[in-house]
Amino acid sequence: MAKSDLIGGSLWEQYSKKVADRMNNPRHFGELTEEDARRMNGKLVIANEGAESCGDTVRLYWIVGNDDEVIKAAAFKSFGCGTAIASTDMMAEMCIGKTVDEATKITNLDVEHALRDTEDTAAVPPQKMHCSVMASEVIKRAAAIYRNVDIATLEEKDIVCECARVTLQTVEDAIRVNDLTTVEQITGYTKAGAFCKSCIRPGGHEKRKYYLVDILARVRAEMAHEKNPNLAQIDDFSTMSVVKKIRALEQVLDAQIRPVLARDGGGVELEDLHCDDEGACIVAVRYKGACKGCAGSVAGTLGFIQQTLQDKLSTSIEVKVA
Amino acid sequence: MERIFLDNNATTLVDPGVRDAMEPFYSQMYGNPNSLHSFGIEVRPYLHRAMEQLYAGIGAADEDDIIINSCATEGNNTVIMGMYFSLLKDTRKKSIVTTELEHPSIRAACRFLEQHGVKVTYLCPNVDGLITAEMVREKITDTTALVSVMWANNETGQILPIEEIGEVCRERGVYMHTDAVQAIGKLPIDVSSFPVDFLTFSAHKFHGPKGIGGLYMRKGVRLPPLLHGGEQMGGHRAGTVDVPGFVGMGYAMELATKNLEYEQSHVRGLRDKLEDALLKIKDVLVVGERVMRTPNTVFISIRGVEGEALIWDLNQAGIAASTGSACASESLEASPILTAIGADKELAHTGVRFSLSRFTTEAEIDYTIEVVKKTVVRLRSMSTSY
Repeated sequence: MAKSDLIGGSLWEQYSKKVADRMNNPRHFGELTEEDARRMNGKLVIANEGAESCGDTVRLYWIVGNDDEVIKAAAFKSFGCGTAIASTDMMAEMCIGKTVDEATKITNLDVEHALRDTEDTAAVPPQKMHCSVMASEVIKRAAAIYRNVDIATLEEKDIVCECARVTLQTVEDAIRVNDLTTVEQITGYTKAGAFCKSCIRPGGHEKRKYYLVDILARVRAEMAHEKNPNLAQIDDFSTMSVVKKIRALEQVLDAQIRPVLARDGGGVELEDLHCDDEGACIVAVRYKGACKGCAGSVAGTLGFIQQTLQDKLSTSIEVKVA
Repeated sequence: MERIFLDNNATTLVDPGVRDAMEPFYSQMYGNPNSLHSFGIEVRPYLHRAMEQLYAGIGAADEDDIIINSCATEGNNTVIMGMYFSLLKDTRKKSIVTTELEHPSIRAACRFLEQHGVKVTYLCPNVDGLITAEMVREKITDTTALVSVMWANNETGQILPIEEIGEVCRERGVYMHTDAVQAIGKLPIDVSSFPVDFLTFSAHKFHGPKGIGGLYMRKGVRLPPLLHGGEQMGGHRAGTVDVPGFVGMGYAMELATKNLEYEQSHVRGLRDKLEDALLKIKDVLVVGERVMRTPNTVFISIRGVEGEALIWDLNQAGIAASTGSACASESLEASPILTAIGADKELAHTGVRFSLSRFTTEAEIDYTIEVVKKTVVRLRSMSTSY
């Protein structure tokens, strides 16, 4: 916090003129048809990305030349806020004239850069960087459909932060080389987590494969182990045996959770544990004493227990009352 | 371009009469009311009059207290923190019952107390988007110290059954607080007619200035102050009172009461006209029954039209409205109201709120109707889902 941050709230003032202009008058919105494709001697590609329940969706239309794989025309439809519309419009424009391979290399950072009024000023405020991510994701989706391949083959491996395009390797290296101990430091060094913040911990804009809190905990544990190999190996929760998982859960319950509940004369017992093949674990608990039967405990305390277990062991843990 | 302000649940125009009433206390009578000399003395009758206006406005008895403070956030924090230091910290009372609908100044203050061992129940609205007295009754336990429920919802305008909830609290011996920020000037408020112990309000929501508000406390109820210092407000709230603001709030309250009838008839009529026109658009959903809402508010969900995109277009046309869409925030949690009433997930990012005031004109509403219709056509033509 400092002088410039204290009077917050203005999202729209931070949009570049180009963003505002494209929100008002997008050049490329609309649809392309098979008829258009025939006329242009090309192949029609339609790709969808996003979900309306998550706040934005985009549909991209391409006509790809039959002879040269050059994108001859591009159009889009979008359900989203203005920056999603502006980003998608710019993205569609950038696709035109490129080959499919060239277009696949367009990143959200390229789109955001193209929307800047001046070289040094971002086109959108940090929390809106997310909108440009979908604009570049849909390109890969379209390319995958065009080539009839799985989209995973076109995606960069192990991107932790989509907004700033930071890889897992970059984050791990930053932690090790600079001896980082907090997520804020990771963001300071790598920009990961500086924008939509989804990748910091579960519960943000979207579900992520990696979260900075988990990476930090794992790398710090590895570093501690490398420094002192005599320390007990700190296992990844998902790879533990059931017995070890239960022990680990009991340890956290004892150290972090039961003392808090005891202050109110309450308690909690581990009742059951179910883990599926993908590592997601449901921890069933039973309340004791003052927590028992009090409805307030369901929302508040349950959230507290789950948050603590997620922070200490694994973000894949979900807590339920048995 | 003339601009149109339909975001009166966020803030309001200071009534020109209120502004005139405040002016002398900036330029001539700028004394500190606590001073002994004439500059202080001459101010005090005006403060007494402002107090009379506020007491009359909410039906408070002379023995009750209305603490003048800076805003409803301060009033809400005074109640929540005061409860902690007077009851929750050291007695067997350990819990608070409130709702998911509350303003952040209640929810965040409660979250803070949770870190200090207080148990808080956040009631979720039912399928009508409401909290009922029965729902509150079920959650009150022997350890409950306080129930805090807003009187009218800022997002939808829905009116909560505060009088019934107050009765339940009285029956169970629990303190009752209501955040009445959205109710003043829109509904008749009479604290003498039902058991409420604390009530907060803020002047800028009823055509008074920003930075001034009030906390009503029933006779015999004691809370430690949030701000410690001088003896102002009988020791309940230290700090030199904002004299022009206080005077302005008093007069704004008097005007709010006087205009209640106009609000209930004329403003309601304009709101209904807008709402009827919006309902003619295909695939829209208005939250809450009309008669169960404040007369100035309509919250509408338009399928296929993202909330922020809609208010962007309205703003381009000079119309100010607001959105419950979370697109502008870091979390993409859907509007709790739209989730509660069981609306499709696809609608969670489509809500737009129009809130009128006694300064809204029919011409403004007619223009707004035309602009919204055009905007919906434009955005739906771009939309993937429509």
